Amino acid sequence: MGWFNTFINSSLGKKFIMALTGSFLIIFLIIHLIGNITLYFGPDAFNGYVKTLDVIKPLIRIIELVLLSAFIFHIFNGVRLWLENKQARPVTYKVNGSPENTTLFSRTMFVSGSVIFIFLVLHLGTFFWRFNVHDPQQLADSHQYYDIVVGFFQIWWYVLLYVIAMILLGFHLNHGFQSAFQTFGWNHKKYTPLIKKIGTAYAIIMAVGFASMPIYFFFFYGGNQ
Amino acid sequence: MEAKKLNLKLKIWRQKNSNSVGSFVDYDVQVSPDASFLEMLDELNNRLEANNEEPIVFESDCREGICGTCGLVINGHPHGPLPKIATCQLHMRNFKDGETIWVEPFRAKAFPVIKDLMVDRSGFDKILQAGGYISVNTGGAPDANSIPVPKDAASEAFDAAACIGCGACVAACKNASAMLFVSAKISHLGLLPQGQPERYIRVQRMIKVMDELGFGSCTNTYACEAECPKGISVTNIARMNRDYVRAKFTSKIAEV
Ligand code: HEM
Ligand code: SF4
Ligand code: FES
Repeated sequence: MGWFNTFINSSLGKKFIMALTGSFLIIFLIIHLIGNITLYFGPDAFNGYVKTLDVIKPLIRIIELVLLSAFIFHIFNGVRLWLENKQARPVTYKVNGSPENTTLFSRTMFVSGSVIFIFLVLHLGTFFWRFNVHDPQQLADSHQYYDIVVGFFQIWWYVLLYVIAMILLGFHLNHGFQSAFQTFGWNHKKYTPLIKKIGTAYAIIMAVGFASMPIYFFFFYGGNQ
Repeated sequence: MEAKKLNLKLKIWRQKNSNSVGSFVDYDVQVSPDASFLEMLDELNNRLEANNEEPIVFESDCREGICGTCGLVINGHPHGPLPKIATCQLHMRNFKDGETIWVEPFRAKAFPVIKDLMVDRSGFDKILQAGGYISVNTGGAPDANSIPVPKDAASEAFDAAACIGCGACVAACKNASAMLFVSAKISHLGLLPQGQPERYIRVQRMIKVMDELGFGSCTNTYACEAECPKGISVTNIARMNRDYVRAKFTSKIAEV
């Protein structure tokens, strides 16, 4: 396995892992968003959705494990690359031309990723923890998933952080989507312009889709009595 | 009739040697808009020498955009603000009277400053020595066109071969990555029949040395393509990525 170690520790290998884990997360986000949309259809729809996930729990646990490792490798490699890339230019430029030759999205990947990470910790601490660890039996019986989510969406700072994180997620995805294709070696003038458009559309749908829920429940939701 | 001269304020990076700390020094110059950027520096150096001051060290050779020695970072852009030219092809008519111009050396750990604006780019030579060649037997020159090359491969290889090894891609990249340069060489050789025998060894050897020299990793910002004087495309980096993954996963020779 010596060759594999050389591969994943090479500059290209590290990029490859970023792209592989990033692509997995991209697919995960689609499924996550579709599931969350049930929030808009009321308590029964959302609680029913969470219950359905409960029925296939073993499968979900496996997916969660893959997801966790994807995040760990993505974040570990992301931080490592960022540090190494900083070291590659010890003395920086006085005048930096990068605003004119690169996109804001591509320059801020580490920042956007870090905010997503902070959000992720909070997100797991609130929803994942309460759904899975914090007395799940009592929860499952009384179907209170919906109430927990809506409850958090009444807290202004939570909503604010949520929305900011989703905007930055959009930034991250707008660059990351097409970047992953380039890393895999798929760049051709026939399809790359389309990939970039799909990536931007995907980023907007994800950012708006996820951010719409806290916004809706904070501003427009009058309770389900 | 001679055009009106431009008054410019130059802020030029001066650094005694690779171990010392550099800083910017101000120079006021009057220059003809017809002069090239390097001619302006030549004139300034004449003046400095006449005053018994140390002239500014910068590199140049061909002064026609083909040798790749003349890279300077001008107002934050390697080879200046115009696309697809080398510093030696930049003329002062592109600047406004009264403008302040910042001139810095290429900045990268793998390109240490030797003096002032001159950097050591021998890292590129080391990468080329690792695999940027094809092995051929000595003997009489082969007949032209004895090996058929498809037109599209020839064109693409030629585009990649236009790389002059100037290092502007490294200078422009926020990660000081050399991947545009390396991928240009990989493509240039790997697209042609003569480059096939060593194709998958070459990519591994060159990338190994590239990593060891302390260049950063590409994060696909594409600043390199935007600043490259020869318009080398990042599709070459995609090809290099493909070749490297393929080499690592399918090559039967245990290499590097
Ligand atoms: C749902 C969450 C996330 C998704 C879908 C995602 C997706 C992606 C994708 C597709 C890439 C491009 C890979 C490539 O360049 O080939 C990427 C790059 C990156 N991500 Fe994420 N990411 C996520 C979360 C994070 C987090 C939490 C961090 C934390 C630090 C992070 C940091 C980075 C960094 C540093 C890069 C490399 C930047 C670059 O190449 O310019 N990402 N991400
Ligand atoms: S790829 Fe372009 S910028 Fe990089 S060394 Fe070659 S010619 Fe210079
Ligand atoms: S001096 Fe040769 S490219 Fe500029």
